[in-house]
Amino acid sequence: MTTLTDPPAESFKLSMLIYDTRYRSITFQTIALIAFLLLIGWLINNTAQNLVDLGKEPSFGFMNEPAGYDINQRLIEYNSQSSHLRAAFVGLLNTLLVAVLGCITATVVGVIVGVLRLSGNWLVARLMTVYVEMFRNVPVLMWIVLAMAILIEGLPSPRDFRGEDAVASMSVFDSVAVTNRGVYVPEPLFARGLGDVSVGGLFEISLDLIAILVVLGGGLFVSNLIKKRADVTQNATGVRPRTWHLRTGVIVVPLLILLVILGFHLGYPELSGFNFSGGIHLRNSLIALWLALSLYTAAFIAEIVRAGIMAISKGQTEAAAALGIRPRRIMSLVILPQALRVIIPPLISQYLNLTKNSSLAIAVGYMDITGTLMGITLNQTGRELETVLLGMLIYLSISLIISSAMNWYNSRVKLVER
Amino acid sequence: MKKTAIFGALTVAGLMAGAAGAATLDDVKARGKLNCGVSTGLAGFSNPDANGNWEGFDVAVCRAVAGAVLGDANAVEFVPTTGKTRFTALASGEIDMLARNTTWTLSRDADLKFTFVGVNYYDGQGFMAPKELGVSSAKELDGATVCIQTGTTTELNLADYFRKNNMSYEPVPIETNAEAQQQYLAGACDVYTTDASGLASTRATFEDPSAHVILPEIISKEPLGPLVRHGDDEWGDIVRWSLNALIAAEEFGITSANVADMAAAAGDSPEINRMLGTEGNLGEMLGLDANWAVNAISAGGNYGEVFEKNIGESTPIGLARGLNAQWTEGGLLYSPPFR
Repeated sequence: MTTLTDPPAESFKLSMLIYDTRYRSITFQTIALIAFLLLIGWLINNTAQNLVDLGKEPSFGFMNEPAGYDINQRLIEYNSQSSHLRAAFVGLLNTLLVAVLGCITATVVGVIVGVLRLSGNWLVARLMTVYVEMFRNVPVLMWIVLAMAILIEGLPSPRDFRGEDAVASMSVFDSVAVTNRGVYVPEPLFARGLGDVSVGGLFEISLDLIAILVVLGGGLFVSNLIKKRADVTQNATGVRPRTWHLRTGVIVVPLLILLVILGFHLGYPELSGFNFSGGIHLRNSLIALWLALSLYTAAFIAEIVRAGIMAISKGQTEAAAALGIRPRRIMSLVILPQALRVIIPPLISQYLNLTKNSSLAIAVGYMDITGTLMGITLNQTGRELETVLLGMLIYLSISLIISSAMNWYNSRVKLVER
Repeated sequence: MKKTAIFGALTVAGLMAGAAGAATLDDVKARGKLNCGVSTGLAGFSNPDANGNWEGFDVAVCRAVAGAVLGDANAVEFVPTTGKTRFTALASGEIDMLARNTTWTLSRDADLKFTFVGVNYYDGQGFMAPKELGVSSAKELDGATVCIQTGTTTELNLADYFRKNNMSYEPVPIETNAEAQQQYLAGACDVYTTDASGLASTRATFEDPSAHVILPEIISKEPLGPLVRHGDDEWGDIVRWSLNALIAAEEFGITSANVADMAAAAGDSPEINRMLGTEGNLGEMLGLDANWAVNAISAGGNYGEVFEKNIGESTPIGLARGLNAQWTEGGLLYSPPFR
């Protein structure tokens, strides 16, 4: 009987770090990591040291000092005595405003163009191709500047509206003024408003708006209940009860009652002094940036949508047609829901691109976070490093929030595998 | 322990990097070219001509310094900067000096760590409006839309002025003078505000300058001057005294035409002799050649010549000397003695 002896216990030798394939890759990775960290450390240290030598120790104390400059478009209360921090916040809200408006418009236009590009109508399909190729092959900055130039040079200035023989006049029953300084539209006013509520002393939210949103939300909820009930009835009896009048009613009627209670009326813009006053002023800088960003990004989204639709096998369309579903319904009920799985991941990066491209706003003088924090504040305080780092951090946070929201949506619509 | 040693070494490396940046004069001499920051184009002050050569009132300061340091007024690399990029360019060492209608303020001196070496133009912020608007005073501008170059002291002055007078306005921030001009002419803003000299310069480029008025109010003091960064006083002295040489030359009657003759041999006036290097060793004290001031003056003439050639009454810009006359003529220009 032979006894099996244990193999001699291998003692670990230092040379094995290089010659033993089990450890070699770890060794190299560790060395690379250390070298990388050293490089980063050196960069940070060198920067900090040079700043200290220049007498500019990094500090964020300047954010609490009065900004001293005015901002034209402000969604929250702000004046030149407010702090740089608040100015940055005003800029951030402006960035978010144009990003949200842009993403919505770009999606709507992009989906329509993407679907139309696959249209059987030769002319429509070709026109959409021209649109896509024109917009996505020219830098977005050019589109922004072009949009602004058209708005400034093409539209009448407020002084053209003045006098007996005015060259320009207001449109839509004298309620909307389209000028080269922006579009003035009527604003909603409340004779018996509920006032504002202050949120943490930072900014104020109109209680009227909250009341309207609550009533609207309630209406939508009830309307949804009615729809579910109709679904149940349809499943049970095969006949769908007529509900559209009820569903519109529960949304519209409470809203109208609330508006009457609040004393709702419209404030029209009118020419006074140099400019129009009253009404909501949509500045040309916002319109130009919004239009250019949306149309530019929509061209990319159109391609993504087209790719998504083409990824769905033709059998799906044919099967749906065989069941007697109408073409428009095939698109909205069969093809698009499946295409969404392909569309959404690249769509996320288009939203991120649009948001980041909005930092080109300074080209048209739109005061976004780049214009306030990384523009005027940087210039007046001379804190390049701090403001730019802060700005990068803000853009990073916005982008991460957008992508996590979109990823959540993606996980909801993606194919559930069992 | 090991970490401390590494960071210690890094600190030393960082310090050496800081020290290397200090001797601007040596850098300029080694490079054979002066990097001078100017505007992206403001007629009369710094603007490339049809052949791409930079010319103007601020450009002349750059050329004078290049003449004093390198003996060649053309050894200048002009770096166009916007109101936003100028300070970063100077602080980072991309340019050796900045001559770009920059207002001397306390915070730029103390907080941004720059040294203003003097004033080459005493200015103030004004407003320009189209004549058809019928405005005769800045006090009537309540509710106006104002075009303004962003990243300058003008937007702070503007905010202060309107707040002080309890008026409202709508600022339209714009990156460069050219864009501001376009928006103003299209009527996207009612008035354009910047330094009065800049307004005159901009108006001169309009198709019909007479259709626009510059309002009488000057709402701020804007002493414009060349600047260098903190930390190299020797270099600051060179730029300061190059500018003073131009100013003193006008006072003493030294022009680009007669400077060579006057420098050929010592004359009657001891101060002129010291300045032109025929007596004493002022050049050596600055670390420059004895004929540094001769080279600075022959680059474009004395202050008065530079003024008349670029922005004076005979030019389209048509600025009067006003505050920028010699102190002997009732102005503010006053060079310290060359001694």
